[in-house]
Amino acid sequence: MKVRAADFLVYDQETGAYRENPEQVVRDDVEKHYWLHVGRTIIKDWRLYLMLVPMLLVFLFWRYFPMYELLSCFKVENPVVPVSGQLFSGFSYFKRLLFAGDSLSSDFWRAMRNTFITSFYGLCFGFPMPIILALFFNEVRSNGVRSVFQVLTYLPKFMSTVIMTSLVTMLVKQGGTTTNMGIISQALVKLGVITQEVGHAGLLNNPAYFRTLYQISGIWEGAGYDSIVFFAAIIAISPTSYEAAQIDGANKWAQMRYVVLPSILSTIVIMLITRIGSLLNVGYEKVMLLYNDRTWVTADVVSTFAQRNGLASTGQKGLAAAAEMMNNVVGMLLVIGSNTIARKATNTSLY
Amino acid sequence: MKRKLEITELIFKIISYTLLGIFSLCCLYPFVYAVAAAISGYGPVSNSEIVLLPKDLQFDAFKSMFSNNMFWTSYSNTLFITLYGTLWAMFTAILGAYALSKKRLLFRKVFNFFLVFTMWFSAGIVPQYLNYLATSKIFKSVGIMDDKWLVVIAMGMAAMNIILLRNAFEGVPSEIEEAAIVDGATEMQVLTNVYLPMSKSTIATVTLFFAISRWNGYFWARQMMANSHEHPLQVFIRLRLEDYTNPDTLAGWELRYNYAPDSAIYALVVCSIIPILIIYPFIQKYFAKGVNVGGVKE
Repeated sequence: MKVRAADFLVYDQETGAYRENPEQVVRDDVEKHYWLHVGRTIIKDWRLYLMLVPMLLVFLFWRYFPMYELLSCFKVENPVVPVSGQLFSGFSYFKRLLFAGDSLSSDFWRAMRNTFITSFYGLCFGFPMPIILALFFNEVRSNGVRSVFQVLTYLPKFMSTVIMTSLVTMLVKQGGTTTNMGIISQALVKLGVITQEVGHAGLLNNPAYFRTLYQISGIWEGAGYDSIVFFAAIIAISPTSYEAAQIDGANKWAQMRYVVLPSILSTIVIMLITRIGSLLNVGYEKVMLLYNDRTWVTADVVSTFAQRNGLASTGQKGLAAAAEMMNNVVGMLLVIGSNTIARKATNTSLY
Repeated sequence: MKRKLEITELIFKIISYTLLGIFSLCCLYPFVYAVAAAISGYGPVSNSEIVLLPKDLQFDAFKSMFSNNMFWTSYSNTLFITLYGTLWAMFTAILGAYALSKKRLLFRKVFNFFLVFTMWFSAGIVPQYLNYLATSKIFKSVGIMDDKWLVVIAMGMAAMNIILLRNAFEGVPSEIEEAAIVDGATEMQVLTNVYLPMSKSTIATVTLFFAISRWNGYFWARQMMANSHEHPLQVFIRLRLEDYTNPDTLAGWELRYNYAPDSAIYALVVCSIIPILIIYPFIQKYFAKGVNVGGVKE
């Protein structure tokens, strides 16, 4: 910015001398008394600021203090000394995880790869399902029939992860000497999808089926509920748009392509950003409840890797924190990146 | 005027109805199966003979569960956590969202960023665990010995819910608030008599979100509560599941009980679902209404 003399001084014709610009005096005054002004406003509106306090404290204590604890990934492990007193160890934990080449390091790489694959599958199979479901809901003209469908498909969302995983575990459980395998495994064997032996050994004990089970149970749980957003966007489309398209001779597919899809595109973009934002936050609770040591090969994600190595009594908290740090930083870059791309490309953004 | 259905339209309709029907049945079936298996006898359940209807009716799985004191303790713990946790979360969220919705709030952008940043970046399990340990120590030193209070106060606060509330409050016309202020209403009265009644449905939705996340909370409850008398229902169910799939527990089971271990688990599942099913018809419309995407940005 160019500074001009006229901003500060004005020529006074009566006295024939320069004097200070009165506007600048006011500006100086405001600047000088800015914090006074802040203080006065806060005192005047003290109730408003008091209202903020509980929320800010909760977030400070249980959202921001953990971020401070995350710094233990740079510190030398020593449980006697508090985090602030520990020695700075630089990136030794990161190097250990990434380049050591031992079993821990390869476990970490496996967890990283599984995290990406699980989220990528979720994006490929889990994300389009609610949209398809919403399109189907839109075809059901009778309100009564549609509510029945909606009530039934939202239902699994109300179940907790524990209940859901218990059901999954029981439905595909292994067979024993006196007991038979779970009912779903049995049906799959009858249909010829899996062999008798695989079903008998238990699908959840088989690394080859973990990802499939994870994704299908995810769709079962969430697709109905997630379709609400898209359905709301579809019913907001004005009927005249369809009529205009029909007059122009558009059949169903053309209407989908040129009327429905452009109208719900912004919703899809927003949901996609949210999805990508939580891409690396694979539901660790669900993985933890479904996996066992036989399926670590395909099931272990970074959060569960950190939980196993960090929370056990002999755990290495610094190492685990370093693993989570990498995961979370990549996750944040993905949010910001996808948000920026969406804003540039479609003018829709979440943040 | 009724238009003749085009052939593509007709095909699409048939496909929609069929697939929706199949998917709805898939959503419902596990629950129906759980009920049927919970009240069937040992033989049919362990041979997986049950498909839809129960066989060899028995109610001993339910009876032995109801006579288990730990079941009731965990149930009351869950009710405690859900009730107080939701009240506390709503208290902080409503006050905070109200303040954030005000244009005259100084540093509004800073406060908003403070919230939104937690949606981008979370510290992760291990740092959170260390932090909970530290805060639990603080709680103990103040004399709050019960870990339940830590779970109530510390967990389940979600930035997204506060932003939903903030957006609802911003939608209230400022003229109404001004009228109330002219009539001599204080800040608190404006909130309780103007803002809360005018954003009822969002408040119901957010309450529901908080309550469900509390009811379903599992991992941190299990990590933080060493004492089994403090365990909520979800932890109790999970421990039972782990117990009943353990070969040692299963040894000689059929000699002692007339129901399969599976039935015991299904009975637990059914009992934890029933309260939700009872209130489901009343809350379902709020659940469906309140999902408002976007609008996070300032």
